[in-house]
Amino acid sequence: MARRSSPEVNAGSMADIAFLLLIFFLVTTTIETDSGISRKLPPIEESEDDVLIKQKNIFTVLLNGKDQILVEDELMELEEIRAAAIEFLDNGGGKGEDGCDYCKGKRDPRSSDNPDKAIISVKNERETSYAVYISVQNELVAAYTHLRNVRAEELYGESYSEMTKNYKDVNWPGNKKKLKQKINDLRKDYPQKLSEVQ
Amino acid sequence: MSKFIKKNKSEIPAINTASLPDIVFMLLFFFMVATVMRDNDLKINNELPVANQVEKLDKKELVMYIYAGKPNFGYQSQYGTEARIQLNDKFAEISDIPAFIYAERESKREELRPFLTTALKVDKGTNMGIVGDIKQELRKVNALKINYTTRIGDVSLNKN
Repeated sequence: MARRSSPEVNAGSMADIAFLLLIFFLVTTTIETDSGISRKLPPIEESEDDVLIKQKNIFTVLLNGKDQILVEDELMELEEIRAAAIEFLDNGGGKGEDGCDYCKGKRDPRSSDNPDKAIISVKNERETSYAVYISVQNELVAAYTHLRNVRAEELYGESYSEMTKNYKDVNWPGNKKKLKQKINDLRKDYPQKLSEVQ
Repeated sequence: MSKFIKKNKSEIPAINTASLPDIVFMLLFFFMVATVMRDNDLKINNELPVANQVEKLDKKELVMYIYAGKPNFGYQSQYGTEARIQLNDKFAEISDIPAFIYAERESKREELRPFLTTALKVDKGTNMGIVGDIKQELRKVNALKINYTTRIGDVSLNKN
């Protein structure tokens, strides 16, 4: 008995399928970009008139050579830094002109006056490991982001992280100029004042 | 009546390969899009630390890279195990950084120069001493915008 011949498969639409897949991948893949914590170094020339900063407005974080974290001369674990920084920044202990009407802190007169005056100073030794340094920086940035988020929820009903994400998103339909203004206002309420001392 | 005699095709017809180029092109395009060009051949260990409060560095042409970390195993006999700096694709000293920054600035269009950022790609096991030295050199040449390049993840991963 003769073998039955199989009919030829129509391959005309193969190209269409291929292009469909190609377009799918084109749309969904993103080229990996580097990301990291951005910082601005202080310029080298010393300003002539040193601004006097009250001790209570400085939050010192010291990383020693054994990778221990000393916050205001107290040994602290990495996980506790964020809460401590939030408490310090949002204290709002100032009175009158230095007051802070949106702060939710304890208003302890021994801690910072307002977020604009509060400075976080990170000191490290030569033997401190880079991983710990980055972890601490990350926690401190997280503290600022948390405060801005809370403030943004209060003012505009959406979080600061959401707003910055929208601002970067090219497909976001809203008014970018207005959004930028809002973001700048939030940054003014909680300015990131992190000083890096050698 | 030869008209009704069936042709007896017994062999299987050849597979149509007309769409093969399409498939190949598709793969080609996919890899073209998804690959990241590595422009520096790393001579050091470069395991970046992890952080989650990060910003993206999206303008690649405006970024200068400074690498630091322990030399790779193959270079340890020559350069030791102490952390070193790598600029472009060779080991460098701290004192080479200003020249490197000037060269990078020179290669960019003038209107873009104020927006240049220095990305520090430092191995997580490195001591802060070398990072402090790099920062000091950068301040001297007024390259103040820096970015500590990290991977994205929870900071608890940094511990080991």
